[in-house]
Amino acid sequence: MSAVLTATDLWKSFGDKEVLRGISLELQQHEVVALIGPSGSGKSTLLRCLNLLEPIDDGRILLGADDISDPRVKPDAVRARFGIVFQHYNLFPHLSVLDNVTLAARVVHRTPRAEAEERGMQLLERIGLADKAREHPDRLSGGQQQRAAIVRAIATDPEVLLLDEITSALDPELVGEVLDLVRELAADGATILMATHEMAFARDVAHRVLFLDGGVVVEEGPAWELFASPREPRTREFLARLGG
Amino acid sequence: MLIAALSTIVVALVVWAAVINTEGWAAVQRFFLDPAIAWKLLPKVWDGFLFNLQVLAISVVTVGLVALLLATLRTLRGPVFFPLRVLAAGYTDLFRGLPFIIVLYLVGYGLPTITNTRFSPVFLGVLAITLTYSAYVAEVLRAGIEAVHPSQRLAARALGLGYSQTLGRIVLPQAVRKVTPPLMNDFLSMQKDVGLVSILGAVDAVRAAQNAAAQSYNFTPYVVAGVLFILLAIPTIRLTDWYSARLRDREQMGSIV
Repeated sequence: MSAVLTATDLWKSFGDKEVLRGISLELQQHEVVALIGPSGSGKSTLLRCLNLLEPIDDGRILLGADDISDPRVKPDAVRARFGIVFQHYNLFPHLSVLDNVTLAARVVHRTPRAEAEERGMQLLERIGLADKAREHPDRLSGGQQQRAAIVRAIATDPEVLLLDEITSALDPELVGEVLDLVRELAADGATILMATHEMAFARDVAHRVLFLDGGVVVEEGPAWELFASPREPRTREFLARLGG
Repeated sequence: MLIAALSTIVVALVVWAAVINTEGWAAVQRFFLDPAIAWKLLPKVWDGFLFNLQVLAISVVTVGLVALLLATLRTLRGPVFFPLRVLAAGYTDLFRGLPFIIVLYLVGYGLPTITNTRFSPVFLGVLAITLTYSAYVAEVLRAGIEAVHPSQRLAARALGLGYSQTLGRIVLPQAVRKVTPPLMNDFLSMQKDVGLVSILGAVDAVRAAQNAAAQSYNFTPYVVAGVLFILLAIPTIRLTDWYSARLRDREQMGSIV
């Protein structure tokens, strides 16, 4: 196994609020890693720093062998190598579902439209949304929108897929269909880093879990181990609060 | 349906009794609505109107481009662009505050004087309209750009789109949809203000009407010119309604309460 993503000692603050205080992590190919922790623990910020949506104050990020924290690196090109899915889907309301899915391929990767659309339709068929391809996102349910957003993120075969609490905005009965899709992607060998509040799902699907609190990694370990017997008191407290 | 028809008939009767069936109406008809004069002068006024249309057609493009540039400059982020933002803001303040007729005089008479050159009236008209209206339209566009939720930019940049790709493909299309009604308002008021270019000395619809009115001691030519402008406006208004309804229908679900 080789590391796809390596972050070393990341620091980030907004104003005088330190959000990341020396976070390091490594993501192997085909690995699924879950980030858990209370709100404000820095999970979302960490994801956005990794794909350069937020500039870091200090630290080093390697994507494959490339140092993407080097200031000379072009951030647009780096972001195109990541896929990210947001809590609120953020689909483009003025574009059809298919155009949402194929936008990056057409505009960033310069794939001919026909080819991009063929691939887009394949993906939409796979998630059962082929009949919605020409609809605009507002016509879809929350679960369908989030699945379309996931497909948009993977349409260009990113090296790493970042998931930012993708079920938090969904009605409870729609969570299942979205998680099922993530489970499938994981089974197909996608490399996934996901911030999540779905502990059962993290235990099921993630190989490793990182518990973040106050901008640092408090504890990390194999999913079964961390959930079954957390070592740190803060982790125990967090899990107990969710459980009870 | 029946109620609507009945109420229309009643209103029509009231209007007839209160307006048309009076002594003053005969005078109004004679001085404003003389069909013979209207018919005779229509070709002249129409020729002038073609000049207005020419100025309008070019201005739509130039105003659109300059306004887009100004709105983009005003919405640039980062301290590096501070001077550009200030310049754009100063421009929009200046030309939204300045009465259009003053701009027309300055451009129409000032420019040829200081450069000692003769310019075509179309050029001067387009220049004056563009200077003023791009300021208005830029502000409308800016409001639209700022109304697009930042998460849309975020999602586009996350896919690897650059700043201008994001602006062109994600932000502007949504911004324009949000501000279509005020944009169309500005367009309508521009359609009317091309009538003011008669000040530049070109024989447009208004000037043609003025000449004719002076000769015939009758105001009907003005009404003819006015009707032409109204006929120009109506399709724009209907088109806007239709377009907004279509977008609503396609991109939003359910009714708007």
